[in-house]
Amino acid sequence: MEQDWIWGLIGGLLIGTGGAVYLLANGRVMGASGILGGLVDGSERHHWRERTAFLVGVLLLPVLLYPLYGTVDTHITESWPVIIVAGVMVGIGTRLANGCTSGHGVCGISRLSLRGIVSTVFYILAGGLTVAVFRHLLEWI
Amino acid sequence: MRAVYAFVAGGLFGAGLFVSGMTDTLKVQGWLDVFGDWDPTLAFVMGGAIIPMAIAWALVPRRLTPLAGGAFPNRPTPQVGRELIIGSTLFGAGWGLAGLCPGPAIASLSYGGAAHWVFVAAMLAGMVVAPGLRSELDRRVARD
Repeated sequence: MEQDWIWGLIGGLLIGTGGAVYLLANGRVMGASGILGGLVDGSERHHWRERTAFLVGVLLLPVLLYPLYGTVDTHITESWPVIIVAGVMVGIGTRLANGCTSGHGVCGISRLSLRGIVSTVFYILAGGLTVAVFRHLLEWI
Repeated sequence: MRAVYAFVAGGLFGAGLFVSGMTDTLKVQGWLDVFGDWDPTLAFVMGGAIIPMAIAWALVPRRLTPLAGGAFPNRPTPQVGRELIIGSTLFGAGWGLAGLCPGPAIASLSYGGAAHWVFVAAMLAGMVVAPGLRSELDRRVARD
């Protein structure tokens, strides 16, 4: 557990390198919600091949790495209503905002984009507030 | 070649999300939980990801075109509108609620179990209705 930050840093460097490859090779901003959203709402039918290839990579690498770890618990909530509501909020929110943690966060902040920085401030504040309400306020009441 | 590069980029992204522990919802919520037992991991992930990405952005002006051809993305007009604020807030609340954002949600599909498939299905449904909501929002703003 004490090494969590080291693995966080290594993972972060890998994520950023992925974004760098996507930008320098394909000339595109690596945003998970945009790549996925453009496929499902039909707004970006062109480039479907590279989008699909990207998503296959995201899905496949954890499959290959999983045996090294044995078990990985994601600790996701058992409440399906919470999962569904959260999923819909993430889907609508990221498409309205045109980006998520990867697009606005990683790619936006690194180029000092005002939109990326503002978006990141708002989703972190909203996320922090939500966790505070559900973990502390409701129990305290 | 575009698809090959995209696969490599996606693979690095997926591997990074996996080894960093960002598909663990407790670690994400633990970072957001400033009033509880705060988990700093996500800050290291973000910081680590921004370094190579900043180098890549710095390299863009030195290259005429991307490796696979085409053009580099234009700098977006620095417009902070209603949709950016509403969307980011909605996304953040959902992110805090489940501890998943789009990237890790996809990366964890192979081992996260049924709940992760349900989350992704709900997220895709949200993405499908989002353009309609966006135009409805635009219409109301235009009317006022």
